[in-house]
Amino acid sequence: MNLSAKVYNKSFTFKSVKEVLAKANEEKSGDMLAGIGAESATERVAAKLVLSRLTLEDIYNNPVIPYEIDEVTRVIYDGLNIAIYNKFKNYTVGELRDYILDSDTTGEDLKHLGRGLTSEMIAAVAKLMSNLDLVYAAKKIRNQAHCNTTIGVPGTLAFRNQPNHPTDSVHGIMASIKEGLSFGSGDAVIGINPVEDNAETVKRQLETVKEFMHKWEIPTQACVLAHITTQMKAIELGAPADLVFQSIAGTQAANDAFGVSAELIAEAYALAERKGTGTGPNLLYFETGQGSEISLECHHGVDEMTLEARTYGFGRKFKPFMVNNVSGFIGPETIYDGKEVIRADLEDLFMGKLHGLPMGIAPCYTNHMKADQNDQEIGTMLCAMAGSNYFMGVPGGDDVMLSYQDTSYHDDASVREILGLRPLPEFEKWLEKMGIMEDGRLTKKAGDPSIFDK
Amino acid sequence: MGADNQMEKLIIENVMKELAKRGLFGGEAEEVCKEVVKKAGDFATAACCNEAPIEVPDISGVWVPDPVNLDAIKAMKESTPARIGLYRAGARPKTDAFLKFLADHAQAMDAVFLDVSDEFLTKMNLFSVQTEARDKDEFLKMPHLGRKLSEEGKKTVLERCQKNVQVQIIIVDGLSSSAIEANVPDVLPVLTQGLNASGIVVGTPFFVKNGRVGVQDEIGMLLNADVVVSLIGERPGLVTADSMSAYMIYRPSEKTVEADRTMISNIHKGGTPPAEAGALLVDIVKQILAAKCSGMKLSLQ
Repeated sequence: MNLSAKVYNKSFTFKSVKEVLAKANEEKSGDMLAGIGAESATERVAAKLVLSRLTLEDIYNNPVIPYEIDEVTRVIYDGLNIAIYNKFKNYTVGELRDYILDSDTTGEDLKHLGRGLTSEMIAAVAKLMSNLDLVYAAKKIRNQAHCNTTIGVPGTLAFRNQPNHPTDSVHGIMASIKEGLSFGSGDAVIGINPVEDNAETVKRQLETVKEFMHKWEIPTQACVLAHITTQMKAIELGAPADLVFQSIAGTQAANDAFGVSAELIAEAYALAERKGTGTGPNLLYFETGQGSEISLECHHGVDEMTLEARTYGFGRKFKPFMVNNVSGFIGPETIYDGKEVIRADLEDLFMGKLHGLPMGIAPCYTNHMKADQNDQEIGTMLCAMAGSNYFMGVPGGDDVMLSYQDTSYHDDASVREILGLRPLPEFEKWLEKMGIMEDGRLTKKAGDPSIFDK
Repeated sequence: MGADNQMEKLIIENVMKELAKRGLFGGEAEEVCKEVVKKAGDFATAACCNEAPIEVPDISGVWVPDPVNLDAIKAMKESTPARIGLYRAGARPKTDAFLKFLADHAQAMDAVFLDVSDEFLTKMNLFSVQTEARDKDEFLKMPHLGRKLSEEGKKTVLERCQKNVQVQIIIVDGLSSSAIEANVPDVLPVLTQGLNASGIVVGTPFFVKNGRVGVQDEIGMLLNADVVVSLIGERPGLVTADSMSAYMIYRPSEKTVEADRTMISNIHKGGTPPAEAGALLVDIVKQILAAKCSGMKLSLQ
């Protein structure tokens, strides 16, 4: 294993695979905060050179956090397909990049490959890819999943209708749900972030949404994004949950801080199977984002992109219906500006897909980042081209409960039109029945939330 | 001057020149015409300044054309601050919804990235010290730097502040300078006078630039104060960029954790109004002094 490189007249020697992975990263404020990012453009290239010559076996033999001390590492290694890994283990990371991008390598080939790669290998190859490389490769992969409906159908783009309200007002939440549906948003899930994290709130919100779905025969899924244990309590009380949500991270320490473990998630899945209202087999909804481990000071000196890949390695064990990446939500100390967040979104979409996950992206930003609506819209269009399964749908792009900006109901409809993408099939039929959509285009009635109040 | 008026002026000038060239015009007549041109200019200036300035569009209305149920949409808009019922231009937001969004985000950005003005600090009679974060970039990227005063800042505080006071008030920009400028003029006098009236010894308040919540720990230790009250700008949302919080800590030390702080948030004219917040803070500070603790420990009593 050669950890030295020379960039013209400058020589660099790195101490470990972990250091090479960190320094090969594109610039992110979180890596600088942790003191592990490349200190110059040249050092970054030197790390990429070293990384390109490492074999997958080198990476396998040097997990960034030891198996013995970290549950995420154990989940990744225990779930690896050894037969596939053995077929590819002598590839260098550079050769792996060329294989992924090769015209003869299909989406099916990549799904097969992904089963034999650890998360660190997937992060490694993404570090040798430009933004366009990431879009090009991600576009090949389509991962489907099924709860009540199927997400990830080729030619479709779905949306989570996110009708949050600052005081959990049921009327306020319903108002935003209706607005979103009238724009064609809500086929991925109708998902509410509650202010109050308690079982009664979760139950009340789920009952309201499910009743509405039932009355109007809306083919989708419902979810309230409280802590996983709160949702489990609500389900035990009889709350109708189609999906169970949880935020997850790439180290055991960060998952501890989130109050989750592999055992708890397995338990939640078993409960959803027995007492939930979703058809399945995919019954979980995860959210992730680069930098959460750094914010929580649970990063073990590993860069935020590699930790994000490990989050996917952990998440894939549980076969979720949807994984949503919210890298732009964490804050400027981990992702500083528009350029960093667009890069992170594209990395995450590619890495998640190569892990076999049904990925969606929230190309979002907070008001203390140096990013604006134009950055967000660029990120959205690129992620749509790269084949994101879904985006969020927030009224006017302004989440009045979480105080950040995300894709709007308008953005959702616009991206579908620009790229000729359709809603999920049964949802499109429903939109046509309601007179909201015709031949894949919004009708004059679209945008009138009072069609539900005749 | 508008483009139309400029055009008008140009036309008159050109016609005059042409007439003069042809000998049909000159001398006195030319002077008269010059006068006309000048007046056209004056008129244009006057027209532009008599109109009220253009304001940020109001999005409280319902913009859906021929809605199925107008009253239902009005009721929906009453029930949530979310941006709904504003229809669309194709699939995009209408111009005025877009402009309103831009204006709200601009307010939020400026609250984070612009400093509290020197005029404001002078007016409020606050001296200013800085943390180890030298500029906004460092402040946002390296949160720990905003929790420590610069060496010079420490020196200034020790020189200008009384030690061993019961209450030390600090004003910290945090993530919104506009929250400070909007609320401190009402909160600070009520708070200071309220405490003084109860016979509580209050130190000299001052301003901390590029500061975070945790900077109150170092200041409390430095001045050996019983209670430190920080008035600090919150992370702005699009609804308001002017929201301020107050954090209170009893005798902070190296071992202080976040749960030791008592906090009230949402101080702005649409939330807890600033003067009311000042009075509320007086009561809380008294409780903290009496209980000799703050945060979770105080709530548990």
